[in-house]
This record gives sequence, C-alpha cells and structure tokens, in this order.
Amino acid sequence: MDWQAFEVSIKLALLTCASLLPIGLALAYLLANSRFVGREVLEAAITLPLVLPPTVLGYFLLVGLDSNSFFGGLFVSLTGHTLAFSFTGLWFASIIYSLPFAVQPMLRAMETIEPEIREAAWCSGLSKWKTFFKIELPLAWPGIITAMVLSFSHTLGEFGVVLMIGGNIAGETRTLSIALYDSVLAFESEQAKSMSLILLTIALVSITIVFIFNRSRSRVVRL
Amino acid sequence: MLKVRLQQSLPIALDVDLHCDKSEILALVGPSGAGKSTVLRCIAGLHSVKNGQITCANNKWFDAQEKINLTPQQRRIGMVFQSYALFPHLTVNDNIRLALAKQQQNKQQKIDDLLSQVHLTGLEQRYPHQLSGGQQQRVAIARALAREPEVLLLDEPFSAVDKVTRRKLYLELNTLRRSLDMPIILVTHDLDEAAMLADKMCVIHQGKTLQQGEPEKVLYQPNNTDIARQVDVRNISIAELVNEEEQLTLKWNDYVLAVEQMEGFVVGQTVHWTIPPSKILLHQRVRPSRGEQENPVTGVIEELITLKGITTVLFIVDHANGQTLQMDVPEHVAKRNKLAIGVAISVSLLSDAIHLMHN
Repeated sequence: MDWQAFEVSIKLALLTCASLLPIGLALAYLLANSRFVGREVLEAAITLPLVLPPTVLGYFLLVGLDSNSFFGGLFVSLTGHTLAFSFTGLWFASIIYSLPFAVQPMLRAMETIEPEIREAAWCSGLSKWKTFFKIELPLAWPGIITAMVLSFSHTLGEFGVVLMIGGNIAGETRTLSIALYDSVLAFESEQAKSMSLILLTIALVSITIVFIFNRSRSRVVRL
Repeated sequence: MLKVRLQQSLPIALDVDLHCDKSEILALVGPSGAGKSTVLRCIAGLHSVKNGQITCANNKWFDAQEKINLTPQQRRIGMVFQSYALFPHLTVNDNIRLALAKQQQNKQQKIDDLLSQVHLTGLEQRYPHQLSGGQQQRVAIARALAREPEVLLLDEPFSAVDKVTRRKLYLELNTLRRSLDMPIILVTHDLDEAAMLADKMCVIHQGKTLQQGEPEKVLYQPNNTDIARQVDVRNISIAELVNEEEQLTLKWNDYVLAVEQMEGFVVGQTVHWTIPPSKILLHQRVRPSRGEQENPVTGVIEELITLKGITTVLFIVDHANGQTLQMDVPEHVAKRNKLAIGVAISVSLLSDAIHLMHN
C-alpha cells in the first residue's frame, strides 16, 4: 500500500473541494439568476469535462500550463515554479475537471428555489448577501453537499488527466489511481487490491452519504 | 398616501394611474394577464418601467425622470405573495423574525404580538409545510407586517385556499385592517371579493387603468362599455336619447324610459345603457298594474336559476327584437309569484338605476 500516494490523493481532493466551493457557488448563482448572452456557452464549457476524453482535456491543460504558454509563463514569472508536472498544476487541473461535478448539483439546487422566495426575502428587508446566506444557501444545502462529495470522489479517482498533467512523481503528483496502475504493471496484485478496495470504499461511502443526506433533508424541508 | 403613475409601451404595455389613501383598501381588479401583478411588483420595487412615478407618504420611491429607483429593501413595503413564499426551512417564528427591523427592541415580544394579531399563537415552532393554507396566509401577513410597512401589498392572497377558509379569512382581514393605518393594495380577479373587502376599486385591462372609485360606483355605474365588460355588467343595451314632454328620455325599442342621469348626454345621441339586475322590480301578480308603475316593461321568462336564496330570472322583453334582461329577486318572491319558464311577467326599470354610458 502506497501511503504517500494516498496522502497526495486526499490532499488534492480536499484542496480541490475547498476551491470548488466558492467557485462552484459563484458560477451556479450566476447561471441560476441571470440571463446574459453566452450563458449557454458558459454552461456548456463548464460541463465539457463530463464528456471530453480525459486525455484530451489533459493535453489542452498541459499545453495551457506549459511555461511557454501565456498562463504557464505568467505563473513562472510570479512564483519561479512551473505548473506542469507539479502539485499546484495538478490542483489547478483538478478544479477544471471536477468543475461540472460541483456546479451542476449546486445549479440544480438553486434552480429549485422559487424566485418568489428570494423576492419575499428582499421585500422583508434582507439585502442580497443576507438573502444568499440566510435563505438560498440553506435551501441549496443538499445540492452543495452533493457537489462537494462528488467533486471529492471524482478528484480522488481521476486518472487520465492526472497522468497527462502531473506525470508520476512520488510525493508530488503520484496519486492513488496512478500508484494502482503502477502496481498492476509491476504485478503487485496485493497492493493493487488494497488500493482498489480503498478507492471503492471511499466512493461507495460518499455516494451513500449523499443519498442519506438528501432523503433526511427532504423530510424536513419540502420546497 | 400612495400615488402610482406608470407608463411604458414595451415589453408590457402599461398606462397606470392610481392612488390609495391611508387605512384604505384599494382593490386592483382585472382578468388574468391584465397587468395587476406587474403594477404590484412595480410598487414593491421588484420591477421597473420606463416612465412614471411612485410616491408614498411624500417619499419618492420611483421617478424615471429623476432616475430615482429605490430597491425593495429601501421601500418599506409588506408584501403577501400569491403562493405566500414562506421560507420553507424556517419555523413560523423565524420567518417573522427575519423580517423584523435590526433596531427592533424586544423582538420576541413583537413576534408574539404579530402572531396573536393573526390568530396563530401556539404555532411558532411549526414549519410552513406543517401548516394549512389559511395558516400559511396568516404567517405571510404577519411577516409582511413585521417590517412595519408604509404600504401593504396583497397579491391574490385568497386564491390558494378553499372556499370555506376563504370566507373565514375575508372576515379576519376585515377585522385586521381596522388596526392598520397604511394604504393596502389588494390584487384580485374576483369582483365579489373586491366589492366585499375594498373601499375603492380600480379596473385594469391590458395594462391600462380604466376607472377608479367606490366598488358600488365602478360595478354599477361604469364610465364606458369597456369597463362594463370588465366588471361583468349584465343588461347592456343600446338606445336613443329623445325629448318626450320636455323631458330627456330613453327610446328603447317600443319603450320610452325615464332616466335621471343626463349630464354629458344630448338629444339624438345613441347611447349604451345598463341597469343592475337587482334594480328591476317585479310587479306582483295579485296586484295588477293600474298603469302607474315606473318604466313598465313586459316579457316572457326564458330561464331562471336560484343560488343562495336569490333567483336570477332571464326574460325576453316583448316588442324588443328578442332582447333579454336579467333580474334578481329573492327566492320566496319568485315562489310566491309562481315564476317559471314561459310565464309572462311585468316589471319596472327603476329610473334612478338606469345608467348611461359613452361608447
């Protein structure tokens, strides 16, 4: 069992979730509450990682994060580090490929809130921020929990993009799924089995939590 | 006092001019899609139009020319939505607490007072889905009043409850309003509801306010035929104004009808006229006419229907090219006079109830 890879995976998944919480909420709020030109294009772009082969996404991210590219170059000039084949690059890539798993549940949850509820809050004197924190956020909570659990599990299990963008650097970019692949290639079946079981258990437990949470929540709050 | 003037041609045509005094209920009536709710949303600050002005107690809430447009939070309005829009994740207590002003002293006492005002004491810890439709409406009213609003806006507040509850809520609103000193705007498509609860009524159709006045006046003396159609006026007919024995009268088919309202009309003019069904008097069979009744008209009953003790009689007027009139009589009167389909009757059209309208 490669505990170092386990640590990298957990760290990556937690950091990605923490980053996706504000990013996902902002994007979901924007998509749920405003009508603007290009809204569909934005929604399609966010959803793209769901349908795109991970290697294709990984290729474009690799090109985009390369120190010769604008973004990669800018990052090098600011920090002195390259993004490609680094934990930071992997973190950035994880945010991109897990984005639909965060935004979609949040967006669906926000869309179920009747516009009148929001307007009633304004008419009751609540500012837009207060309405968001006191009304919209608690009502969208099941969607937000779902988004976080799905993002966590998906980041933990991603293979193609990680391989393309992070390579296989022990303690830096070697995640559990990459270590599992290595174990299989090296015929270390016991290690491969234990790592597969860990990934399977985490995925099963997290999805079960989502279902239990959503069910108990819908008993208390009927929208 | 609330004054509203709104004008716009696109995307929704609006031409609104209305006012509502303190402690007064103004009912905004009209068919679905007439723009009633849009007007209410404009007052609340949830919607804005291209031209117009909204002032409340001398405070400008909206002025298109001066580019003033206060947010709903700045306007101090109390709004009761059609669906009530209660916050589903909060208890009754917290729904109201959220609407209280920051500087409100002794918040729990205020909440208790509001709940007792709407007869909801004891239900503080319930969630909205645990309440009946009528109870939800009361919470919505309490929440709207929690802000101590300068205007109370009610958007079809009775449409989501059953008939029995509705009647109970009418009485409650009627009692509650006596303790309120702000203008109250009630949006409804139910004319009876408006007539029962409101002090003033404003008819709106296709975004345009047609007539504002006391319900009695709007319902029985509409300014023109457009309004008459909107307020479901029965017995609309066309006649000519003639001079008869030095007096202006109405020539309607073979009948010459005395009319009291004449201002603004001249001899020779063709006008629309109407008479409320309750102002047509049935001549008793046992007391035959001696020819002295007011505006006597005869006819044959074509249809009659009784509802809640009132019998509505539809009769074909003699010598009037098949035109019909509707008359309401108490059920016992209909029975005593043996009214039935095919029976010939004689009635009087009260001259002070005949209302003339411009086309």
